Amino acid sequence: MATIPQNTGTAMGTPGTQQNVVFENVSIAFEGNRVLEDISFTLARGETKVLLGVAGSGKTLILKLALGLLKPDSGRIFVLGEEVTAMKEEDLFELRRKVGMVFQESALFDSLTVEDNVGFRLMEEHVPREEIHQRVLEVLRFVELEHTVKMFPSELSGGMRRRVAIARAIISQPEVLLYDSPTGGLDPVTSTTIVELLVKQRDVYKTSALLVTHRLQDAFIMATHTFNSKTNRMEPLPEGQHRNLHTNFIVLKDARIIFQGNAAELVYSKNEYIQEYLSQ
Amino acid sequence: MELTFSPTEFAKSKVLAVQEYSLLAWQSIANLFRHPRYVADMLQQADIIGVGSLPIVVLTGFFTGAVLALQSANSLAKFGALSFTGQLVSLSMVRELGPVLTSLMVAGRNSSGMASELGSMKVTEQIDAMRALGTDPMKKLVTPRVISSIIMLFFLTIISDLVGLAGGSVISVLLLRLDVSQYWTNAYQSLVFADVFMGLSKPLFFGFIIATIGCFYGLNAKGGTQGVGRATTQAVVAASVLILAVDLFLTRVLMIVFPLSS
Repeated sequence: MATIPQNTGTAMGTPGTQQNVVFENVSIAFEGNRVLEDISFTLARGETKVLLGVAGSGKTLILKLALGLLKPDSGRIFVLGEEVTAMKEEDLFELRRKVGMVFQESALFDSLTVEDNVGFRLMEEHVPREEIHQRVLEVLRFVELEHTVKMFPSELSGGMRRRVAIARAIISQPEVLLYDSPTGGLDPVTSTTIVELLVKQRDVYKTSALLVTHRLQDAFIMATHTFNSKTNRMEPLPEGQHRNLHTNFIVLKDARIIFQGNAAELVYSKNEYIQEYLSQ
Repeated sequence: MELTFSPTEFAKSKVLAVQEYSLLAWQSIANLFRHPRYVADMLQQADIIGVGSLPIVVLTGFFTGAVLALQSANSLAKFGALSFTGQLVSLSMVRELGPVLTSLMVAGRNSSGMASELGSMKVTEQIDAMRALGTDPMKKLVTPRVISSIIMLFFLTIISDLVGLAGGSVISVLLLRLDVSQYWTNAYQSLVFADVFMGLSKPLFFGFIIATIGCFYGLNAKGGTQGVGRATTQAVVAASVLILAVDLFLTRVLMIVFPLSS
């Protein structure tokens, strides 16, 4: 079994911390078109990394590669210490149970109720029905959708479906979460509700996360806000603390990573493309 | 717009499709010997495929047997052999028409259903979501459909054969004025083990074809709702053609195995 590479303490990660996701020189092309080229980054335990880039820049692909849903043409990917790129599909199912993913269009099973959707993973693990019910209610309470337990996905709004998808992803308390545009196509109020959930998940459960988003404001809210468990609300960071150390950014352009760093470094980047991207 | 056709690429895509179908077909059976096994899903599919197809199978069987009696009576009467109507209906239904027509009807209903259901799941990323949740779609979706199709088609064929014989008897008694007991005795006594074996071994292969083709086209659907529609149509066409082609091959093989009965 391949082992996770030792962190070298470069700009790719925080020195001395456990890396939950490692991409090493990953490249992939479809029908001759390179979509990702020489992608390398790490995701530390408890860290949130926001993937930014225009549509078609390969952000979603990174999430699917991390989960082993696709295989790269070259390079290595490690998730929770196991080399995803060297594993057989049969073995990947076990690893995927420790990783949660929220798909862009929610991807809820439309023939199942919210309860069965959220409790799907637990049912597969043959957890007793009563325990599943309790845990589903608990996690739906977390996303404030307890009343939808008996409803079908078609009866929910777009924002509610995303929140159910988040509930489904977090019910087994995964160590890594992959969010694919969780606020895409939603109105600003609903988007803020979703971002608040992501911040809550990050600050309460300290889960590692890769977040793909097109909405810069969501990314910066993630970096500048923290969750207050006492008030059960998301709040701006205390005065004097300008950035959240647990949230970093990656910018993709032309199949490559052109920026890795925190919010402040992103804002003050001298890269013309990034400046243009941020100004839009 | 540039329109180019590459024979090499076309051939490669067809070989790839055959390879992928073969893998799916192999895994659908191999998964029976691997954990987890989805017995509840299998029973649910048996209900959808078996019980759900019962009305069309009964109707098809009845009218096929009836029209077979009507058509054959015309020819048999010329040779003064009208009393052999039961034998002709019986042999035709049990050896050939029962399994083939039942399979074609079930293919039209269930291959399309499987292709559209799995195709919709594919294009809405539900299949990827299932994999992401640590569940193998091959075990959860494909194997239960394949096993249920094989088992249920076997029993549907028996029902179709019986109802077909009943249809033939209705025509024989009401229109041809044949004696009902003569018809049934003739029909029953003309059947030997080889006929029954031939008629009941075919549905096992046809059920496998119906489910694997339906699942294959569904899991390979691309291009949104239009792609799902295309997959559905292709599944029915491919399953129907494959059933008829495999029927020819099986009939020849079984005739070699049971030379006396042929």
